[in-house]
Amino acid sequence: MRLPRARGPLTERLVACLQRPPRSHVALARTDGRDAADDALALWILHELHYRGFEDVDDAWEWAPSLMSMRHHLERELEERLRAEYSRSEGSRSGQAGGDEDVVAVLHQLIEADDGPSLADHLLRDGTTEQACQLLRQRSVYHLKEADPTAWVVPRVVGRAKAALMEIQYDEYGAGHHDRVHQDLFAHGLAAAGLSADYGHYVDEARLPILEQNNALSLFGLQRRLRGAALGHFAAFEATSSLPSRTLARALRRLGLPDEMAAYYDEHVEADAAHEQVALRDVCAVLVADEPHLREDVLFGAWACLELEARTARDLLDHWAAA
Amino acid sequence: MAVEEPDVRPAGDGPLRCRPCPGGPLLVRGAAQVQGDDGTWHDTTRPVTAVCRCGASALRPWCDGTHKVLSQRGVNPIE
Ligand code: FES
Repeated sequence: MRLPRARGPLTERLVACLQRPPRSHVALARTDGRDAADDALALWILHELHYRGFEDVDDAWEWAPSLMSMRHHLERELEERLRAEYSRSEGSRSGQAGGDEDVVAVLHQLIEADDGPSLADHLLRDGTTEQACQLLRQRSVYHLKEADPTAWVVPRVVGRAKAALMEIQYDEYGAGHHDRVHQDLFAHGLAAAGLSADYGHYVDEARLPILEQNNALSLFGLQRRLRGAALGHFAAFEATSSLPSRTLARALRRLGLPDEMAAYYDEHVEADAAHEQVALRDVCAVLVADEPHLREDVLFGAWACLELEARTARDLLDHWAAA
Repeated sequence: MAVEEPDVRPAGDGPLRCRPCPGGPLLVRGAAQVQGDDGTWHDTTRPVTAVCRCGASALRPWCDGTHKVLSQRGVNPIE
């Protein structure tokens, strides 16, 4: 992947800077926070240096001290904004009300109370092939690195939670079969559908809520102190996957997309029915038993997953309705 | 609708661990075979597999999350 196109003054300077050899001092002015898409893309680029990097960027930039303060600033802005929204949400009130209640029960309540619109339902009922392809292109930003942000959490938890987390990660990475790696199943689906399967290919068209979904996942994964949020997000993601995946597989077949693409979602119906149980009971509940102070962060992470998906869905549905 | 207690047996001599989830599937860990409606045995191919107990999955013997729809409608046979 090459660096994406800049979307504003911040990414213009960042992209220009990264194309030069790494330096310890660069003048990257702070954002004023008024151009959300510019900020989100800048953070996405900075995070991407920790995944697979860019062909046109020297790998030594990854830990360049000159980038760290910019990353810190953008991450703090995102985290503070999400936490403020969470504290105003219904979800946080029910989480706090349930003080000592079993964290699995509270997570279930959060998930059941989620009333965000469903992209899968729309595509099954009245979606078009072009809309389905647009959704796949948007999803490719994350699905081509599916499970990678959560892998960063593994060294930061211990014992039963670590074993259970690895059980799911192992399945995500094909359980020893290179042809079952979930991110590659998605790539095969894209290629069969005539779309690009190249990692990061569609970032230039990634919509703001998609960039923010990705940034939140990377933020939670990269910062050890946010391991509770990372695993709460992970559990909510797994627990809201089986049924929509089934609907989406049907929708893609109805719209004439190739079987390889629908098969990716078939796989998630079955896999995530198991992952959901493990993520809730063996990862989150055990983590909270081991480290009770992380309970609120687990709930915050789960809320962030549901909320950012709801925003993605509303954004795309509005966009399609306006077209 | 009655709760389905899935028939599960170990494949080979590996250890098999099963645990029911409240309101949901039976979680099966270890190499196992699960009996389908027609009596045939299906191999699990995952480190951990969810086996349907509510009887409503479209992917039986595997769970596909449909038990949650039953719970929402108040007709889930599993506690
Ligand atoms: S137990 Fe999950 S679908 Fe039957």
